Amino acid sequence: MKDLSSAGPLLDIQNLEKKFDLDKGFLETLKLRGGRLIRETRAVHAVNNVTLDVHKGEAVCVVGESGCGKSTVARMVAGLLAPTHGEIHYAGQRIDNLSRHAMRPLRKKIQMIFQNPYASLNPRMTILEALEEPVRHHNPRYSNAEVRDRVAEVMRSVGVDPAWAKRYPHEFSGGQRQRIAIARALTVDPEFIVADEPISALDVSIQAQVLNLMLEAKESRGLTYLFITHDLSVVEHFGTRVVVLYLGSICEVADTATLFSNPKHPYTKALLSAVPQLKDDRPNHIRLKGEIPTPINLPKGCPFRSRCAFANKRCDEEKPKTIQQPDGSLVACHAVEEDRLDTAASV
Amino acid sequence: MSLLSVRDLTVKFAMRDQTVTALNSISFDLAKGERLGIVGESGAGKSITGFSLMNLLSRPGYIDSGQILFDGQDVVQMSEKALRSVRGNRMAMIFQDPMVTLNPVLTIGQQMVETLRAHRKLSVEEARQIAIVKLREVYIPSPEERLEQYPHELSGGMRQRIIIAIALLLDPQLIIADEPTTALDVTIQADIMELMLELCQSNQVGLILITHDLGVVSQMTERTLVMYAGRIIESGSTRSIINDPQHPYTQGLINALPQQTLPGHQLRQIPGNMPTLAQVPPGCAFNPRCEFATDTCRSQIPKISQYGDVEVACHEVHRLQTEPAREEEQA
Repeated sequence: MKDLSSAGPLLDIQNLEKKFDLDKGFLETLKLRGGRLIRETRAVHAVNNVTLDVHKGEAVCVVGESGCGKSTVARMVAGLLAPTHGEIHYAGQRIDNLSRHAMRPLRKKIQMIFQNPYASLNPRMTILEALEEPVRHHNPRYSNAEVRDRVAEVMRSVGVDPAWAKRYPHEFSGGQRQRIAIARALTVDPEFIVADEPISALDVSIQAQVLNLMLEAKESRGLTYLFITHDLSVVEHFGTRVVVLYLGSICEVADTATLFSNPKHPYTKALLSAVPQLKDDRPNHIRLKGEIPTPINLPKGCPFRSRCAFANKRCDEEKPKTIQQPDGSLVACHAVEEDRLDTAASV
Repeated sequence: MSLLSVRDLTVKFAMRDQTVTALNSISFDLAKGERLGIVGESGAGKSITGFSLMNLLSRPGYIDSGQILFDGQDVVQMSEKALRSVRGNRMAMIFQDPMVTLNPVLTIGQQMVETLRAHRKLSVEEARQIAIVKLREVYIPSPEERLEQYPHELSGGMRQRIIIAIALLLDPQLIIADEPTTALDVTIQADIMELMLELCQSNQVGLILITHDLGVVSQMTERTLVMYAGRIIESGSTRSIINDPQHPYTQGLINALPQQTLPGHQLRQIPGNMPTLAQVPPGCAFNPRCEFATDTCRSQIPKISQYGDVEVACHEVHRLQTEPAREEEQA
């Protein structure tokens, strides 16, 4: 069984789906329609049928705009949310239906870093307490000296002076706090890190420091990342593979270089063209009509069709499946499949 | 004559145990219809600059000295009454979060009509008509219906468009936009930026754009000020600052961006953090983080002087030009 798991992907997500019910109580579900009382429940379809694998040593980036379900995917992988449908396998073992107790050894392997370092550290714990807690929890047999050594080593590796260990989170700047949050994830020697927008709340010069730290940890510890972000320039730098999500569905999955040099899905193209460029002051921005529709009671068909310039009748009726392209990328788009993107653009 | 002329503006905050200087003798000009970007990281004083221009600072902050000449009149010396005729009327401000600016319990229409009638003698119906015209200018579909809606019924991008429409209601000469697109998604941000650019150009409205995003500044503005710890450290045409920055901090800021390094390689980070206002180091505030710092940098505050196409406050700017460090970029 060990051999089987090392050959396959480290993380394997199959047909993952998450719905959040909006109407929880019985009375909330009652609606008056045409003079009759009926029961009706509304649900936010945050993630729809996402299939994805992550191999050891990869840094897979999930990108998309607010409400596309990228954080929900991250939380399900980290075991913080239970999926409505679908399966998550880690190293060959199904993990989405495990009990809290059975999940414990896996929490040591899969660690999560959150966006806001002001909220993810307990304000009443010193840095030392915050860093020692996970080590003791996952290694109950460690002696005090071993715990202390472990914590000091990790603190040094993320550039936090061990002499600061007695301080509280509020005494640190945002960048330092994010380093401490990363240190906390690294103290238990994880294999897999789920990072949800880890640098979005930081200033440019500090973003570079934290991103460098994460790259360094990837090299020296052989980490695998699932990196959630909305910032495409970070993706290009950090990611080995990119997943583009729109309204909870996958639009495109491709190697980073392929995605940036040859994006295929109309949404990916629009997203790339919208990033403000430093050197080019007259970019060809592809304007999308309208705004992201609500993910409540999603209509059938392609989720992107209301803003897509290439949408036709088939897009209204049938949800596109991801299809492998000659260069290896996966694209879910009828227009790409029928090869009518270029012809339509020239008209 | 310039529309706005700021001279030696110093802003202080009186804290319980000490007084800190948030803006240290900053000076700049803005021509009529010009678009100026103010960039820097958090704590640099960008937003304080925006607030000061409207004389909107509230305790414990205050303008200690200096002049802000708007159309020849000094905003610092103005009475409350005179200020009211300037704020929102001839000078408008757009903030990052539209939900904070809009009143949640009034409809969009009530808020727009109220603003118009506060400054001009108009009937409610006349004000409504102007509001509809302005909403159409910012490409809001079916503006008549929007007037009856409450802010929570609209999406983030739509709200920011409404904020822009409100800012334009009284045909101001200057718009101060503080991180106007930071809270928006990239595709929506691109739309809003295009819209603001178009409106500023067609109506000859001056724009002061405060942001941390160098990409946004590059696309929106003609001139840029770079701020660090309450001072302007570099200013000049946006193109020169982006393509050939002179101050080590500006260089560091641009070089730290991921698109400036090959994928997967270590980014060129600036070590350390920006100092807090209470602990600004002596001499050049950037010296502890600067690889070129000398004893002069540690003791004397550099003056702004012309260097090439830009004005820069750095003792070592001449040495930087010949330093081999610059050649690495080509390698």
